Formats: sequence, structure tokens, C-alpha cells
Amino acid sequence: MNIAVAVDEGRHEARPSASEAGPATKRIVVGYGFWVFLLSDIVMFSAFFAAYAVLAHATAGGPSGVQLFSQPSVAIETGCLLASSYTCGLMSLAIGSRRFGVTYLAALVTFLLGAAFLALEVREFMGMIAVGAGPQRSAFLSAFFTLVGCHGLHVAAGLVWLAVMMAQVAIKGINATVERRLLCFSLFWHALDIVWVWLFTVVYLMGVLS
Amino acid sequence: MTDMQYDRAPGDASALPDVEQGTSSGLLVYTIGLALAVVLTAMSFWVANTSLLWIGGVSLGLTVLAIAQMGIHLVFFLHVTTGPDNTNNVMALAFGVLIVVLVVVGSLLIMADLNDNMMLPAELMNLHMQR
Amino acid sequence: MNLLGKLDWSAIPLDQPIIMGATGGMVLVIAVVLGWITLKGYVPYLWHEWITSVDHKRIGIMYIILALIMLLRGFADALMMRGQQAVAAGGAQGYLPPEHFDQIFSAHGTIMIFFMAMPFVIGMMNFAVPLQLGVRDMAFPTLNSVALGLTASGILLTNVSLGVGEFAKTGWVAYPPLSELQYSPGVGVDYYLWALQISGVGTLMTGINFVATILKTRAPGMSLMRMPVFCWTSLAANLLIVAAFPVLTATFAMLLLDRYLGFHFFTTDAGGNPMMYINLFWVWGHPEVYILVLPAFGIFSEVVSTFSGKPLFGYRSMVAATMAICVLSFFVWLHHFFTMGASANVNGFFGVMTMIIAVPTGVKVFNWLFTMYGGRIRFTVPILWSIGFMVTFVIGGMTGVLMAVPPADFQLHNSLFLIAHFHNVIIGGTVFGLMAGYNYWFPKAFGFKLDERWGRVSFWCWLIGFYVAFMPLYALGLMGMTRRMQHYDVASWQPWLVVAAVGVAIILVGIVAQVIQLVVSIRNREQLKVTADPWNGRTLEWATASPPPAWNFAALPQVADLDALWNRKQRERTQQTQAPKDRKFDPIEMPKNSATGFITAFFAVVTGFAMIWHIWWMAGLGAIGIFLTMLAFAFRDEEEVEIPAEQIARFEQAHQAEITA
Repeated sequence: MNIAVAVDEGRHEARPSASEAGPATKRIVVGYGFWVFLLSDIVMFSAFFAAYAVLAHATAGGPSGVQLFSQPSVAIETGCLLASSYTCGLMSLAIGSRRFGVTYLAALVTFLLGAAFLALEVREFMGMIAVGAGPQRSAFLSAFFTLVGCHGLHVAAGLVWLAVMMAQVAIKGINATVERRLLCFSLFWHALDIVWVWLFTVVYLMGVLS
Repeated sequence: MTDMQYDRAPGDASALPDVEQGTSSGLLVYTIGLALAVVLTAMSFWVANTSLLWIGGVSLGLTVLAIAQMGIHLVFFLHVTTGPDNTNNVMALAFGVLIVVLVVVGSLLIMADLNDNMMLPAELMNLHMQR
Repeated sequence: MNLLGKLDWSAIPLDQPIIMGATGGMVLVIAVVLGWITLKGYVPYLWHEWITSVDHKRIGIMYIILALIMLLRGFADALMMRGQQAVAAGGAQGYLPPEHFDQIFSAHGTIMIFFMAMPFVIGMMNFAVPLQLGVRDMAFPTLNSVALGLTASGILLTNVSLGVGEFAKTGWVAYPPLSELQYSPGVGVDYYLWALQISGVGTLMTGINFVATILKTRAPGMSLMRMPVFCWTSLAANLLIVAAFPVLTATFAMLLLDRYLGFHFFTTDAGGNPMMYINLFWVWGHPEVYILVLPAFGIFSEVVSTFSGKPLFGYRSMVAATMAICVLSFFVWLHHFFTMGASANVNGFFGVMTMIIAVPTGVKVFNWLFTMYGGRIRFTVPILWSIGFMVTFVIGGMTGVLMAVPPADFQLHNSLFLIAHFHNVIIGGTVFGLMAGYNYWFPKAFGFKLDERWGRVSFWCWLIGFYVAFMPLYALGLMGMTRRMQHYDVASWQPWLVVAAVGVAIILVGIVAQVIQLVVSIRNREQLKVTADPWNGRTLEWATASPPPAWNFAALPQVADLDALWNRKQRERTQQTQAPKDRKFDPIEMPKNSATGFITAFFAVVTGFAMIWHIWWMAGLGAIGIFLTMLAFAFRDEEEVEIPAEQIARFEQAHQAEITA
């Protein structure tokens, strides 16, 4: 009887509201800090989006989006990024249950899909520059290359990060620090996919509406 | 101690004691998310290319689809919920969305207004040039 | 292919005696200081205890030292400008040629905003916020040190521009098309852009760090509505940093692409739109003024309530007003360019929003007044600054509301009226607040008070000097004088400008008095020595020793209400409870010192300098260096050191003995 009461009280006391419970665990603090960073990163993207939206019609007599954008290529890029987001999620699950083989495999697939995305994007950029539609041609193209290129740079940085993290998993195993960093990586990767949703909607799909 | 607090890191599945999640249900969540995202993406591409829809509504439709897909990503991939353990994360997200909307919509409105207002009517422009 | 890019000997302006004199003086001072440090053998101490330190208190103090040095630099620019305008009337050209004068006003604005006010504010927050929250460090201590390093890098690059090359001649806002390559082919704008990009990244890191610290690491029991107001205003300011600085980074990135790779964002040809820069710049710019002034509001709240001996009047309304300002500050940016062609409707909307944002600020002023009303006010130096602030800031705010009326703004835009207005709010608000905070928290940081008498001299010189220097500018603005004039033909302006120059000289006396105050206080530190709580404070920073140990609190304080320390003292007085004699102490894990910040800053300077001078190989090496530094940091094994319980116990016993003595 007494024991039951004590247990009940213990549970009651152990659940104060989070705001009065004292400093949060390192995982929560780090995750939250990275969450705030992602928001700031997305605000930066919003400035590039705003610049693109304002300058989208400033083609200065040069080619417009309708002439330049290839929808099949964009669809494949979208597929790559979406699938890599999924495999990144699988990687998080594998890390949670400490299955190293699945972790490496999911990371490898994520890496390859991301690299394929980048390769397609670079090919698109090279093609446009080759036909004289480089970023120096018009304000529209400047904004396009900067907005899409900024996302591409983020993806490239994500690939480097993923490679480094796999090296850490191999060397250090999955300790608390590595796990926190992998949590941040998956946040980063999913956020990039959300940015890409807006990119293909605003740039590629709205850009080819007549 | 920590999993007793109503707080959790963004991207982590719920820490509430009554929401137990194993790997299999985690897999299910990601797979549902993927399926929904694929459907929405396909719809976006279809809407942009079809001639069946009124062209004036297409942009709006695409925006709605993008917002929906963003929601799918947030819920199924980033595990954002309305639970009490998520308040801080959602508040930060809401603040970010507010700023993004302000920057984009504000800039578009202001720049469109400047363009309208500073573009002189043809006859005035003509006078201006003759001066 | 030149290995040094655009850099050669002609970059050093050997034919300009004023610049070379200033550069020589600066180099000499730095050399003397460095030589003295080396000769005295202080280098290992500095390296281990300060440069590689990740202690938030030390980082905060280093920020403030940087800010004070930059205050001298920016103020020297102000002296030169006021001197020039006092003499360059009629046909006279004064002593500064136009291209030099243009660099001075650009450098003055850039330095004062980014390298004086920002580091000062961030330093105050760094020092006080974790102490007030009752915790041992920031959420990300090493990130904090990196942020300091990047801010210092920006400062260094800006000051290098004095002797090597030139600084921007575009004003501190660097509007295109003037700042485009076509019209500013020199390296001045590049110095401006890279210095601000690098320090901006540091500021963003600080913002993230503080948001995470304030929202996620508070002492047990400290719910949000039990936080001191300074923590609230810091939270608001850092939310603004996180939301606004990325926009600046993006905008500067676009201008850099225009200048380096021939893009067409803001050019006048190929469809570029210079108005877009102005729009985006002020999306950042308006929140920025609140980033500067909100922490100052927090300092005044602490100071007023401490020295009135009363809880802050209307704590909840203060919090609400702070957060209202935080959101509303994103709705007013167009008032910086009313005259640039928006229609009456748009101007009207932003005019009304600007007037609305004055309301929560007014709420705050009334709260401070009601806090003082009926209190037993101790007229110390911090509260003098606070009272000076209340009078001055209200005047500045009213002139701001005047300019929020678009038709009036068409008359006042870019006139000296505007200059007087924003100096009125930035000096009267931010600088006075920082001075109050400097006098208020100095004893906490160093264990002895600042000299009262010289503090008063300094305050009165600043206050009187401010009015003498800036009230004439209001009149000149109404008379039609625009800003940034190297010389002018209207003879009737000259008397006003001479008065303004006298005012700046009075402020100079105030600054000298501050230096003397510091020297005198250090000399008399034994008489000025204090223990934990010299001001009879209300918040947790006064609950620990002065200066606090590296771990701040031997045990994290338990918070049950607002004004945690004050209430604890009341309880102890009524219940006669004494702290137990032989407390048990647990060992404490503290973050390990790290050279990451210093090394990152070194490579950031290398990269920035190389980019400015188009030395591509060096820029590449610098970027690789930064990457490798991050990699090394990521692979380090030991993140924390343990402080043994005996050391903590020894410190606490000594501290208790000091208090009872």
C-alpha cells in the first residue's frame, strides 16, 4: 500500500512541465538549436525566392523559362530527392535500433540518390550555359542560377556531411554525439527536400505556365 | 528523467509515454509519407501540364499542392505534431513561416507597386522624353 | 596571371598623410601592446585563459573589449566629420578630400552599427544571460567562441582597409547601382561586403546559440514567466537575429555575385533591379535596430527595478510589449524608403504600422516610470544613464513618429533631421543602455566597482554633449541640409555645425572620463572591492561570487518565482535560515577549452582578404583550412573536463568567508 502511494507520487513529481524542469538533455538542446538554424536557412532561401519571383520576368530579351526548362529532367531530380529523403528516414530508424549494416546501406543509397540529383542539376546548368543562357545573360537567369544553385550547394554540403558521418560511425561507432549529429543531418536533409518542393513548384512548374 | 519531460528534439518520434513506437511502425510512417508525397508530386506535374483546368487557377492549385506536400514532409518525415512535447518546435516553425511569408509576399507586393507606380502612362512618358 | 591578384604596392596610400598617420598610429599601438604582452610573458595566460576559452563570461568580456576599441575608432571618424563640416562652408573645402570623406562616413556607420553596437550588445548578453538563467554555460560553448572569432575577423578586415586599399565610399548601406562594379571598381565595397558577411555568420551563430540557451536551458523551476526581463529582451533580439540576418547574407551574396561574376541582380541593365536591394536590405535593417535596442531595454528594466528597490512594474506587459515589438518590427521596413516611388496606399500602410510599433515602446517607458514612482531610488551611475535614456529616447521616438508620416518624410528623408533622429535613438537608447549595463555588471565581472565620481562626469558629458551635438542637426535638417556633405555653400548652416562640433568635443571629454574611470578603478580596486551582491540585486547573477567561478553555480539554483534572488533573501531574513555549514559538492562537467574559434577566425581572415584582392589560390587554401578545422573539431574525443568537488568546495568556502568577513 505504502509502496504504491510512493510510486504514484514519484511519477507525479517526475513529470513537471518541461519549462520548469531545468536544462533539457543535450539531444533536445542540440536538435532544437539545429532546428532554429534550419529556420534561419529557410529565411535565407526566402530572400532568394523573393528575388527570383520579382525578377522572373526580367529576361532582357533573352530566353525565358518556357524555352529552357525540361520537365522530365526535373521530374527525375524530384524523384531522386524524394527517394533519398525516404532512405534517410530508414537510416534514422536503423540508427535507433543500432543495425549497422542497414545504416551503411541506407546512407549509401541516400548518398547515391543525392549525387544523382546533383549530377542532373549540373548537367542542366551546363546545357543552359552552352546555349548562351548563363547567369550573366539576364536578371531572370541570375536569380534562377542563384536560387537553384544555392539549393544545389546545400545538397553538396549534405553529401560531404553524410560521408564524414559515415566515417565517424565506422571509427567511433554510434555514440551519443554521433547520434545527435545524425539526427541533425536527417533534419537537414528533409528540410532540403521541403525547399525543393517549393523550387520545382515555383521555378519549374509555374515558370512554364503560358 | 528525460523521457518523463514533455519535451523532445525536433525530428524525434514522440517521447510521450502513451505513444510507443517501434521500428516497424516507424517504417510505416515513412512509407505512408513517401506514398502521399509521390501522389502530390505527380498531381503537381499533372496540374501544370494539363489543359483540362482553367489556366487562371493553376498557380493557386500548385501553391496549395506545395503547401500540402510541405505538411506531409513535416508530419511524416520530421514528426512534427501538435502534442505538448512539441510546442517549442512548432512555435519556432510558425515564426519561421511567418517571416518567410512576410519576406516573399511583402517583397512581391512592394516591388509590383513600385513598378506600377513609377511606370508613367504612355503620353506622360512621351512628354518626359521630349523634355 | 598575377599571384597576388589585384594587390600591389599602390594599394597602400603613401601619399595621404592623414590615412598614413592613422595607420601608423594603429600599427604602433598594436605592436606596443603585443610586445608588452610578449615581454611580460602573458602569452600563455592569454592563450589558455582567454583566446581558447569557451566560458561565456570571458567571451562576453572579450566582445565588450572589442566593442570599446571600435567605439574609439568610430568616434574618431565622427570627430573628423564634425570637424570637416564645421569648416567647409562657402568656398572652403575643409581638410578632407571628398573620396576620403566618403570613406569616413561609410566606415563610421558600418563600424558603429556592426562592430561597436552589435558586439557590445552581444557581449552584455553573453555575460549576463546564462548567469541570470542560473545555468553554467551557453547551449553551444564552442560555437560561441567561433562566433566571437568571426566577429573579430570582420573587425580586423575593416581596419585593414584603412592601410591596405580603401573602404567603401557608398555609405554604410551600400546601395546599388553605386556599389556595383561599374561605379565602385575599387576594393572598398568588397572590404565592406566580406567583412560583414564573415561577421554576419558569427552573429547568426550567436543568435541560434541564445535562442537555444534561453528556451532550453534554464535553472530548475524557472518557467518562461519567471525569467528576468533582460532574458526576455535577449530572446526577442536573438529571434530577430535568426530571422533577419539570413536576409542580409542573401542580399550581400547577390551583390557579391553581381560584382564578382557579372550577375544582374541589382544592375541597371539586363533587367536588374536596384530597388530590390533596398527592399531586402531593409527587411534586415529594421529588425536590426530592434536587435540593438531591445537588450538595452532589458538592461534598463534590471537597473531601474534594482535601484528603485521595487519589482518591475507590469512585468507581464513588459514581456508582451517585447514580443509585440519582436513581431511588429518585421512589418515596417518600407518606411526607410517612402520616397522611392511606392503608391500612397502602400506608404500609408507602413506609416501606420510604424506608428503602431511606437505603442509597445511607450508601454515600456510608462512601466519604468511607474517602477521608479514610490521607490527608494539610489542615484548610482547606472540609474543616471537610465534616467538620461528615458528623456532622450522619448524625444528620439517622437521625431521618429514625425518621420513615420509619409508626406513629412518626403521633406525629411536623407536630411540631417534623419541623422539626428537615429543618433537620438541609437545613442540615447542603445549606447546609454550599454553604458548602464557596463557600470551595472562590471563589479560582477571583475569583483570591484567602477569609480562613481568619474562615472558621473562621464555621464553628464555624454548627456550634455549629445544634446549640443545633435539638436542643431534637427534644425539643419529642417533648413534643408542633406546628409553626407563634404562641403556646402549655405553660409547660414555653419554656426549650427560649429555648435554640433562643440557637442562632439564634449562627448569626447565624456569618453576620456570613461577611460580615466577605468584606470582609476583598477588602481583603487582594493577599496572598491565587492562581494557577491553589491547592489542588493534581484536576479540570479548576484547569487554567485564576483567574479563568478568558471562553473557559475556550485549547485543549480532552484527557482520558485520572479526576482528569484530577492525573494530568497526575503525568505532567509524572515526565517533566519542559514546555509548549512558543510555542504556536499558534486564534481561538475564543464566544456573543454578549444582553439577552434581562433583557428577558424584566422582562416576566415585569410579567405576574406584573398577574396577582396582576387587572390584565388589563397582563398581556396583558407576555405580548406576552415573545413579541416571543422573536421578536426568533429573528430575530437574529449568534449568536457571534470572539475573536482574539492576545488568547488574550496572556492565556496573562501567565498563564504569573504562574505561573512
